[in-house]
Amino acid sequence: MDQIVRELSFAQAIQEALSIAMERDPRVFLMGEDIGVYGGAFQVTGDLVHRFGEDRVMDTPISELGGAGVAVGAALGGMLPVYEFQFSDFATLAMEQIVNQAAKLRYMLGGSVSVPLVMRLPCGSGTGAAAQHSQSLEAWFAHVPGLKVVQPSSPHDAKGLLLAAIADPDPVIIFEHKLLYKTRGAVPEGHYTVPLDKAETKRVGKDGTIVATAIMVVKALEAAAELAKEGIDLEVIDLRSLRPIDVPAIVASVTKTHRLMCVYEGVKSLGIGAEISAAIAESDAFDFLDAPIIRLGGAEVPIPYNPELEKAAVPQVADIVAAGRRLVRGR
Amino acid sequence: MASNALPKDARAVPNRPAIYDELGVPALADAFRKMQLIRRFEESAEESYMRGLIHGTMHLSIGQEATAVGICSALAETDYITSTHRGHGHCIGKGGDVKRMFAEFFGKEDGYCHGRGGSMHIADPTMGNLGANGIVGGGIPIAVGAALASKRLGNGRVAVSFFGDGANNEGAFHEALNMASVWTLPVVFVCENNQYGMSTSTERSTAVKNVADRAVAYDMPGVIVDGNKFAAVATAAREAVARARSGGGPTLIECKTYRTRGHSRSDRNRYRTKEEIESWIERDPILALENDLITYDLLSQAEIDEIRADVETEITEALAFAAASPSPAVSSLTRHVYTTV
Ligand SMILES: Cc1ncc(C[n+]2csc(CCOP(=O)(O)OP(=O)(O)O)c2C)c(N)n1
Ligand SMILES: [Mg+2]
Repeated sequence: MDQIVRELSFAQAIQEALSIAMERDPRVFLMGEDIGVYGGAFQVTGDLVHRFGEDRVMDTPISELGGAGVAVGAALGGMLPVYEFQFSDFATLAMEQIVNQAAKLRYMLGGSVSVPLVMRLPCGSGTGAAAQHSQSLEAWFAHVPGLKVVQPSSPHDAKGLLLAAIADPDPVIIFEHKLLYKTRGAVPEGHYTVPLDKAETKRVGKDGTIVATAIMVVKALEAAAELAKEGIDLEVIDLRSLRPIDVPAIVASVTKTHRLMCVYEGVKSLGIGAEISAAIAESDAFDFLDAPIIRLGGAEVPIPYNPELEKAAVPQVADIVAAGRRLVRGR
Repeated sequence: MASNALPKDARAVPNRPAIYDELGVPALADAFRKMQLIRRFEESAEESYMRGLIHGTMHLSIGQEATAVGICSALAETDYITSTHRGHGHCIGKGGDVKRMFAEFFGKEDGYCHGRGGSMHIADPTMGNLGANGIVGGGIPIAVGAALASKRLGNGRVAVSFFGDGANNEGAFHEALNMASVWTLPVVFVCENNQYGMSTSTERSTAVKNVADRAVAYDMPGVIVDGNKFAAVATAAREAVARARSGGGPTLIECKTYRTRGHSRSDRNRYRTKEEIESWIERDPILALENDLITYDLLSQAEIDEIRADVETEITEALAFAAASPSPAVSSLTRHVYTTV
């Protein structure tokens, strides 16, 4: 079947996925703060309230803990809620329901229930909103068995992962980097899904592997294009899924390229890079490594307000370019 | 609000609200100056934003100046406040310096947070301001904790927590009020009910008609005042602060007010009408206080005009100070994360 493909923004692609899911299944509904007439803090839900009504695009009071719990209960009760946190930072107020309840109910109840819940969390820095509105906490959630955690980097994947998440019987947490909302890319019309557990090679290369997440995929691709001019040919893998991590895809790439760099916006230590590095150290790819693994992550600091400090707190294209040279040439 | 108290001021006139006599002319002139300073600070910040000099976002309290200044008029310099994302008025009300506030807005080293916090985190611990907050409701339990410390240390300090109507639906609000009451702490909860949490009206978000109705559940007085009337706010604040300081425990004050600007810079005002906004612009709290000060023969028009002119000078100087202040060095990125370097 031929699918028509157009260019949409990341935010439009998410909105289209929400609208398709609501049209296909009356159990799907949206909850969140100011997602109705305001259209969402980042205009992702936009005009959906006018098309689907206030019962299906539900503004909640400013009550993250209770709201998340209501979404868990609605999922248990036969609905398919998609809950929007206004900023991923505010999910910290709802950790109880996400971590103790949503993630564990099925297991604790011996498999007798499932929690078909989707949560959307706008994350990341770069907007000058400072320390309580700019965090990248995805590794926290990825540490919890029972949750599935994904992070799209393109409009295509944003739509496909969201539709897959809504179709999935278990709780799925989607981190949406705020700086991606306005980026544009090809998006097929209609319903399609992107697997929740697969990384994707976004650039094929032979001299080294970059594993990146979210906006760092965009930056890594820019850096790889830059390095190609110097004769350094890097492979760029978009991790996409943080839980589970697609270890076979990374092992295969590193086995081919013999070098690995991880680039992510969350704080560098105790994060995604540590997990990927350890997975490679434990795998057969270890024997193929020709250079130390490099991790580029966020600085060990809350996100600062000052724009120069804010930029310095997370990896930039120039940092990836410099690290790419070190990875391949040793300097 | 007629007064039975004997006028203390020589220039007293009949029907003058008692609070004006209790505060006296210098304090009233200071209150008027602070309200005007808040207004001009925010208008100037907005202008700087439009000119691309400030990044990020900002939440303006234009139209709500009487709540911030009315409440702070009852506080001593050593008393505490916790503030909100809409906190410029609270900071100035508590004696903050607009030089350092603008510098923070501009992300400069001389800013209150050395450029690390921005508009949403302006704090001035030296004046008892424990900080604006990016988390709705985040400051409420913190004020209770400051009050607990005051009580334990026996230093007589009172803590005031400012928060919006939207915050009254966070668990932190309910947990904090309960503890303050159970432990009889010297804290005053001040809800600035501007009728919306972002786009969501209190009718759509809140089960009770008045936020002050929640006080019953925590066995404390719940007081409703016209938040656009300095005298009404200051009167309620004085009583609640006296009660807290004397060991009588917490009070919940609800100030009914309105923000005449959007929630933040991205607001398209789709949830309210122009007419509603305009009807509140007509109830400008600064003009109302000016009118009172003249009517009750407390300040002359010339004195009012002089205060306004002084405020303009202060704003101009503060903007110049902020522009000239250095940016933090990028090499200092991880400074201030811990107390010891
Ligand atoms: C825990 C949390 N949830 C949501 C937000 C996003 N947010 C910031 S201000 C605001 C509205 C707050 O309303 P209110 O408490 O009435 O204060 P107002 O803005 O009206 O002064 C919202 C939803 C936040 N900052 N923190
Ligand atoms: Mg409000």
